[in-house]
Amino acid sequence: MLVNQFLILAALLFSLGVYGLLVRRNAVMVLLAVELMLNAVNINLIAFESLLQTELAVGQVFSIFVITVAAAEVGIGLAIILMIFRNRSSANVDDFNLMRL
Amino acid sequence: MNLGDWISQPVNWVFTLLALASAYSGVRVVTSQNVIRAALFLVGALASSAGLFLLLSAEFVALTLVLVYIGAVIVLFLFGIMITRAPLGRDVALDHKRRAPAAITSIILFAVLSWASIRAFAGREVTGVGDATDTRLLGEALLGRFVVPFEVVSFLLLAALIGGITLARKDLSPAEEEAREAT
Repeated sequence: MLVNQFLILAALLFSLGVYGLLVRRNAVMVLLAVELMLNAVNINLIAFESLLQTELAVGQVFSIFVITVAAAEVGIGLAIILMIFRNRSSANVDDFNLMRL
Repeated sequence: MNLGDWISQPVNWVFTLLALASAYSGVRVVTSQNVIRAALFLVGALASSAGLFLLLSAEFVALTLVLVYIGAVIVLFLFGIMITRAPLGRDVALDHKRRAPAAITSIILFAVLSWASIRAFAGREVTGVGDATDTRLLGEALLGRFVVPFEVVSFLLLAALIGGITLARKDLSPAEEEAREAT
């Protein structure tokens, strides 16, 4: 297996995530697109680990860290969305202008 | 390595299958007009990348991905979708009207990323396919060389736990507070 086939698939998933991030209006859908991008990064890390065969399996350790941070991020992100929804009765990112002067 | 050699390896057929499933699910995650369906297609994308991790002999990471993402994160997403009363069923207002600039941005990003990786890693093959990674090695790396990041991440999880509870709990009004204390 070439390493490029994994890298290009990861690039495709990352670009799809960027598209979703830009085009979605519902905040939960934006978080879904972010998850897609984090997963693309994980594919890259595992492919490079398989290419380089480091002594400590650094790529795999890093991808475990990425998965953990992503879980924390989803918990906090959904809590923030829930709080904004309670105050403004909307989960649409176009309505979120609390910090605009 | 020419195309004939590439196709003659059975492991590449499995890769093609998983890559097609992953790309299709990824497209449906960002284009589906049904909120629940988008979340469920993310399960497909994550499951096929767990399959890719198995191909690259990263078994522990693949199973962690299945447990943490498909087991916990997706359930959390479904809760979030239902609590925020996202429009269930078909809804055309889920996307912005101006899709073209976003599509152009992501196509340019894809072109740049794949050009860079083709230039840098043309012809390099992954090694060690089929030898399982020793989970003991991963554990020793996590608690040896990477013990400080490990502790930082565990502290982050604790902070996220407390922050999630503080953010999401309903603040009681003073009258409700009194009523609760009276009981």
